[in-house]
Amino acid sequence: MEIYGYRVPAAAALLVWVVIWEIVGQFDLLLMFPPFSEVLASLPEVIGTASFAEAARITVVSYLSGLALAIVVGVGLGLLMGMVKRADQILNMWVNIFLSAPLSALVPVIMILFGMGSPTVVATVFMFAVWIIALDTRAGVLHASPSLIDMSRSFGASRGQRMKLILLSALPEILAGIRLGVVRGVKGVVIGQLLVSIIGVGALFSLYSQNFLMAHFWALILILFAFALSLAELINRLEARVEYYAGNRS
Amino acid sequence: MNMTSATEHAGAPVAPADAPDAIIEVEGIHKVYSGNVTALENINLDFRRGEMTSLLGPSGCGKTTLLKIVAGLLKPTDGEVRVNGAPVKGPGPERAFVFQDFALMPWATVLRNAGYGLEVRGVAKREREERARHYINEVGLAGFEEKYPHELSGGMRQRVGLARALAVDADVLLMDEPFSAVDEQTRRKFQEDLIRLREIEKKTFILVTHSIEEAVYLSDRIVLLSPRPGRVAQIVTPEIDRSGDPEAIRRTTEYLDLIDDIWAGLRTYVE
Ligand SMILES: Nc1ncnc2c1ncn2[C@@H]1O[C@H](COP(=O)(O)OP(=O)(O)OP(=O)(O)O)[C@@H](O)[C@H]1O
Ligand SMILES: [Mg+2]
Repeated sequence: MEIYGYRVPAAAALLVWVVIWEIVGQFDLLLMFPPFSEVLASLPEVIGTASFAEAARITVVSYLSGLALAIVVGVGLGLLMGMVKRADQILNMWVNIFLSAPLSALVPVIMILFGMGSPTVVATVFMFAVWIIALDTRAGVLHASPSLIDMSRSFGASRGQRMKLILLSALPEILAGIRLGVVRGVKGVVIGQLLVSIIGVGALFSLYSQNFLMAHFWALILILFAFALSLAELINRLEARVEYYAGNRS
Repeated sequence: MNMTSATEHAGAPVAPADAPDAIIEVEGIHKVYSGNVTALENINLDFRRGEMTSLLGPSGCGKTTLLKIVAGLLKPTDGEVRVNGAPVKGPGPERAFVFQDFALMPWATVLRNAGYGLEVRGVAKREREERARHYINEVGLAGFEEKYPHELSGGMRQRVGLARALAVDADVLLMDEPFSAVDEQTRRKFQEDLIRLREIEKKTFILVTHSIEEAVYLSDRIVLLSPRPGRVAQIVTPEIDRSGDPEAIRRTTEYLDLIDDIWAGLRTYVE
């Protein structure tokens, strides 16, 4: 199946849902669900508006900054936890708590700290993405072959050179963490903007729902899905390129 | 129990402890792991320049521990190792290690792996690759420079490990069961190549093995370790002429008798 050039995997199952959606929509049973065809029809309209362009820009900018921050901090935190036992003992519990905590409940707190603008959204994306990246990086470091590290020591590698070796050894796990972080980050950016609701797609969502523009509302959701899936797919491709050695470590 | 009974084989004299040609001296080494596992107890040994010495003994007797202490990768609980007279405080450029599990970087080509020791020493790329190529050629891997470790067989991977150790031009090569992950045919070929390499490279080799045949076939001196705690049980000096046909050597009576002798000495520990 193609949605504006994007190939959706597991297309068959999706198609069934689309058909059910279309039928339910045609019967006009629920106000929430306009027919799928109508949703598709409003896609170009949503994308065409100036407010969408502005919302998309803000969303992408805050998403990418939050994600970049999460990757830098997450990988750093994971390296620290994987390499320094003491740090791991202190941090491991907290990282795990944050990983499984209902983060949406924390967004209001973030809002108090960072105000009603983009910083809150950036912080939300960060909070959603960082922990899984840290934990996967930690796992990758702990998984690094001890004899490889002995090897670099035996040839007199400096601290920095050993770090580089560990980082490269952990790369498959780090990428797996980033891929999960990318998807969680999309959740973060949507939830953050919905709660702030005066900027980005959050503003659009409230605009559409307040004016009962359900077709537009769902079109926006479709776009967000496509965005998240394409990003995850991109990371997937990257992972496939380094995968050959993930399975080849001893 | 007699701790360091040196067997004189074929009339070879045992060198005194302070022999002038000892490149590595191991003195009073004790190693206790995590408080209660005594891996090594009072090891006193000399490794002579230009010789191939095997550390032989049953599993768990502390061979790897001793080799890693010599390499400077492990700290002894007590005692001292000296290389060329200087006490060992960590790894050093006079010693290079060949790992049992190869320890190759899976993301790097054969060429880059073989040159890793030079890379960490800051040797310029051109020279590093030139030297790596030379040793890749010497261990019989010419043509595989651009391959990745997962594209090679176990035997070939170990050759990369050997090339990497040779490339840094260390005086002493420390090898921890380098052939254990390799099939029998490859292993024999590898052993023959190692004998040939020794002639060219004139290095000191310390080889950990638990194959009696391998130890007898390759070494000038065999150190037998007893298990729990690891001590030097016996030192054997095979006098085998290795210049001839490898298959013929494996059939000589000296070779076969010595294997029987060592086995007789070792079986008390295994049973
Ligand atoms: N890191 C460690 N912590 C605790 N005990 C250890 C450690 N490493 C080794 N040992 C113990 O020390 C003893 C000697 O181990 P070592 O690996 O040196 O033996 P080995 O002779 O190399 O055995 P193998 O032939 O199986 O490789 C063993 O009893 C082992 O269980
Ligand atoms: Mg061992």
